[in-house]
Amino acid sequence: MLPRPITDIEQLKSHPALARLVEWKASVVQAVKFDRDELTIWIAKDAIREVCAILRDSADCPFNYLCDLTCVDWHPSEPRFEMVYHLLSIATKERVRLKVRLDGSSPAIESVTSVWPSANFYEREVFDLFGVRFTGHPNLQRIMMPDDWEGHPLRKDYPVEGYR
Amino acid sequence: MTQFPATIAESGRETTSGDRTLVLNMGPQHPSTHGVLRLVLEIDGETVVRVKPEVGFLHTGIEKTCEAKFYQQVVPLTDRIDYLCPMTNNLAYCLAVEKLLGLDIPPKAQWMRVLMNELTRINSHLVWLGTHAMDLGAMTVFLYCFREREDLQRFFEMVSGQRMMTSYFRIGGLALEPPLGFFEKVKKFADRFPGNVDEYEGLLTGNPIFMMRTKGIARLSAEDAIALGAGGPTLRGSGVDIDLRRDAPYTGYENFKFKVPVRTEGDVFARYLCRVQELRESIGMVQQALGGMPEGPIKADAPKVVLPDREKMKTEMEALIYHFKIVTEGFTVPAGEVYQAIESPRGEMGYYIVSDGTAKPYRVHMRGPSFANLQALAKMCEGGLIADVVAAIGSIDIVLGDVDR
Repeated sequence: MLPRPITDIEQLKSHPALARLVEWKASVVQAVKFDRDELTIWIAKDAIREVCAILRDSADCPFNYLCDLTCVDWHPSEPRFEMVYHLLSIATKERVRLKVRLDGSSPAIESVTSVWPSANFYEREVFDLFGVRFTGHPNLQRIMMPDDWEGHPLRKDYPVEGYR
Repeated sequence: MTQFPATIAESGRETTSGDRTLVLNMGPQHPSTHGVLRLVLEIDGETVVRVKPEVGFLHTGIEKTCEAKFYQQVVPLTDRIDYLCPMTNNLAYCLAVEKLLGLDIPPKAQWMRVLMNELTRINSHLVWLGTHAMDLGAMTVFLYCFREREDLQRFFEMVSGQRMMTSYFRIGGLALEPPLGFFEKVKKFADRFPGNVDEYEGLLTGNPIFMMRTKGIARLSAEDAIALGAGGPTLRGSGVDIDLRRDAPYTGYENFKFKVPVRTEGDVFARYLCRVQELRESIGMVQQALGGMPEGPIKADAPKVVLPDREKMKTEMEALIYHFKIVTEGFTVPAGEVYQAIESPRGEMGYYIVSDGTAKPYRVHMRGPSFANLQALAKMCEGGLIADVVAAIGSIDIVLGDVDR
């Protein structure tokens, strides 16, 4: 039997990422979950770039490596999209997952390319396959699909095969 | 599809000397891009001013396909992502699903996974070494490397029946017991292989032509490598000491002794030295795996997830029912999400799987190391000579199947 996920902020405050965020501005942390040895923090949408910069420059445990950036579509429920950021601290090998909920009508979020240049390709991929717009991205174009493609293939209302 | 504004694409830009830069297409059909990669180069004489990689030519929508398959049906898809190290992909996916399920894997399966994974790493590095050296004009190394690679592919064929698309690791363990005589053959290879590495090094490491083509070329500082998300030997060649096998051990790597080669120069030669040293470390791990291989089952004891043995299925009613149910309706996985990262030959390979409690994954995302390494290419090439772009592409060891998925 798997242990139940922990969702209480107080119990998880020993994790360096959560400790740093609570110390900086507790209001940006919307929810937390510790499940299968992985910590997930839900962040307020408007604060994501600042949160990333704060975690990257944190003194005792800098989360300086952006492992992965992707998106999950929860169609038809709202908020429909969930942005997922996986961070790694090269010094301490700690990991943390940040999540931001976006509504489905016109999903947009601030780009983190100014924090990590490596976000460039990942954000283009999410833009291409999910249709999430990134404000402040230097080159927001399709990366996998042809430029004149219609629709965003990884959305759940896009069929796996056949024509739309 | 070019990313330059139309005017630059047509005629280049004004340079300080009063000339105009030239925009040159390299690929998608170019022998040194190792697949279908298109680079849009803006050059000023022989000097590269800007590099824009264009990818997506091999995009097959594997992530979308995964969402329509049962968990066990995804395993063969993962082979086709990074086709030079299929077992690494299998392992990352299986570990992620096993973490979702909370399965315990028996020791023999874990040791076999380490053994096969290290053979796969050697296989992948041999293809890299051969093609990289050939790009730089050293033809013989290619022939030597592919000679040893042939042996490795025979090993893969022995255990799985396939030379490349192995699908040997399954959720809960391995597909089959290794055949009789397998370990002896691997042992023979492992005893001989360090001598082969000496041969490759004899042709390259002290070779003045090779050194001139690689030393001080395509430099990448540690800060840039981290900021651009580079991984594996590309990151370690820039002086960042990280290896997930040591720092976040999975599938029993904590039982193995090995060194992580790190170089601080950050050039093509440093990445070359890191990988060649990794060949030696990997073969050491193969020896350890052969020496300490435990006895026991190769599949986890989880009848609802792992297919029963053929013998059991034909004699026991319960096993037959489980077999029928797994094949026809899959097995359900508790809702949740995991990110499982492992050290592939190219860097951190991560599988992010979201389960909604059904028999099909809700979302599978692969963090491809090649996709990340490719972003570092522009930084390496800009300001260098156009001939060095070939050396830089070879040194980051990208696989376009992994970039485009």
